[in-house]
Amino acid sequence: MDRPLLLEVNDLKTRFRTAEGTIYAVNGISYELHEGETLAVVGESGCGKSVSVLSIMGLIPIPPGQIAGGSAVYRSRDLLKMAEPEMDKVRGKEIAMIFQDPMTSLNPVLTIGKQITESLEKHMAMDHDTAVRRTVELLEWVGLPDPARRLGDYPHQFSGGMRQRVMISMALACGPAILIADEPTTALDVTIQAQIVELVKRLRQEVGMAMIWITHDLGVVAGLADRVIVMYAGFLVEEADVDSLYEDPRHPYTLALLAALPRVDRRRHQRLKSIPGAPPNLLVEPHGCPFAPRCESVIDRCRTENPSLEPVAPHHRIACWVDVQTGEPR
Amino acid sequence: MTSASELVPAIAQLKADELEAPPLTLRQLTWRRFRRHKMALIGVVILGLLFVYSFGGAFLVPESYANHTDTSLRLQAPSAAHPFGTDPVGRDILARTVYGGQISLLIGLTAMLVEVISGILIGAAAGYFGGWVDAVLMRFTEAIFVIPQLFLLIVMSKYFGGKIPNISVLGRTLSGSVIVVILIIGVTSWMYLARIVRAEFISLKEREFILAAKATGTPALQVIFGHILPNCMAPIIVSATLAVAGAILAESYISFLGLGVQPPTATWGNMLEAASSDFSRIENAPWFWAFPGLLIVLTVLSINFVGDGLRDALDPRSRAA
Repeated sequence: MDRPLLLEVNDLKTRFRTAEGTIYAVNGISYELHEGETLAVVGESGCGKSVSVLSIMGLIPIPPGQIAGGSAVYRSRDLLKMAEPEMDKVRGKEIAMIFQDPMTSLNPVLTIGKQITESLEKHMAMDHDTAVRRTVELLEWVGLPDPARRLGDYPHQFSGGMRQRVMISMALACGPAILIADEPTTALDVTIQAQIVELVKRLRQEVGMAMIWITHDLGVVAGLADRVIVMYAGFLVEEADVDSLYEDPRHPYTLALLAALPRVDRRRHQRLKSIPGAPPNLLVEPHGCPFAPRCESVIDRCRTENPSLEPVAPHHRIACWVDVQTGEPR
Repeated sequence: MTSASELVPAIAQLKADELEAPPLTLRQLTWRRFRRHKMALIGVVILGLLFVYSFGGAFLVPESYANHTDTSLRLQAPSAAHPFGTDPVGRDILARTVYGGQISLLIGLTAMLVEVISGILIGAAAGYFGGWVDAVLMRFTEAIFVIPQLFLLIVMSKYFGGKIPNISVLGRTLSGSVIVVILIIGVTSWMYLARIVRAEFISLKEREFILAAKATGTPALQVIFGHILPNCMAPIIVSATLAVAGAILAESYISFLGLGVQPPTATWGNMLEAASSDFSRIENAPWFWAFPGLLIVLTVLSINFVGDGLRDALDPRSRAA
């Protein structure tokens, strides 16, 4: 990647102290995001995808949450050490976020016009009339029909896809450098999903922003991302360019994930492959490789020592003791 | 009967806009539901009439007439000259209920404001911030809760009574005791509301749209008042209406005990007190207590009905439209 560095996350650790004990949600993940780049974060539910980005945004409730270590340097400022008022100026303006369920992430008692103009007035110092005009432009831009007339409508008067468009226009209102999308298509049906992905691609082109796209849908990733990181139980297990990840996955977990995908070129009525076992209990302090109990290529070393992320090819790093191509220790 | 085949071309001629009924706004929906509550509508009408009676009546009878004593007219039964009769010092009861109504309604509304504002502030802070803020505020709330309100009212009115100078509002001079009564009622009744608001905040602050609001850089105060509070307006409005009724009643309690608003400023409550100070009058001069009593009952009942209607209309879970 020769594009300038935008965000550098280093050894991020997030924990939650609960009555049952400490939940080890994110256990030291590091990655970089370059300008204009789209990074996909994939992994199954509860693997720390959302928690890791919410930590960067300073949106983890503390307590019970706790950032146990690490840094997230955005344009030479560490987001994790920023004071709240300063962080309020970054959130929404420089780093924006869209959420999974457009049904629940818009405030039901405020009109959509109010929800969008509020952020424009605050971050861009626009007066009310300018903000309203800009909001109409934004809504038109994301493909909402008849935006001027719909400013005074409440979220329940829109369909799911239209609400997600409203969410996206709200996130992009201030021209952020980074857009974090937390499973933005999961709650939508398939045709709407495709529309939203196409919309985001178009907008990304026009704004030139970087994106962190969280998903467990590897199909969406292929057409959208430049680079992919795979998370498991709060660890980063594989990081690769999108093409290398699909053509040459090196971590047993990634292999298993890809094998579990339905494919059009495979025989019908064939059972999908699933990964045996269940994700580890995050209440137990991690010991050894978290994937070892479910791994097909497991060796003794996996159970005692957790491998660190090591390069196996250019722009391709994995955290595994085993070379999956030969089945031998590396 | 129109046959189906005749209907088809009619439908085909409709333009897209006519096919889809304009969606109802939140306000329209609320009004629709409220309208179905007949007693609440009657309550609104009666309340309106009571306001006209108290504030409009003042244009017909001067205040000096309400306080004018004429011992030759002691305890007259209702007549053409004095439709509601007169009291033991010859004052016209009709005129006194007009001016007393102003004070009673004023106390009801302003004490409600004091109650609602303190309830919201305390409940919102406890619910939003949680932790030790919540612990301290809720123990404080419980501490006030366990002391009977009437006892607090009596002690505080005894302590603060007569320490506040008279003030003039709307061209009327009010005895300082009115302010004292408003404050006392307000600060002894916010606890229920604080608990309701706290509970609402605790559940709302975890909702995704609040996370989304924070993710656009909305500062905490704006999140509290601009995003969470509008979502709990329904229970707040309902308890506010009931609080008005409660405050009018509380004012009549303490006035009845002779600790409320001091004469000659009339309120419906202290008129009742005057009527009951001599038990023989309860039997011999029923007009003396019946009219102010009736007005209190009417006000409190209608406000309660309006509160009921609002509760049903504003409840988002109610599907009736």
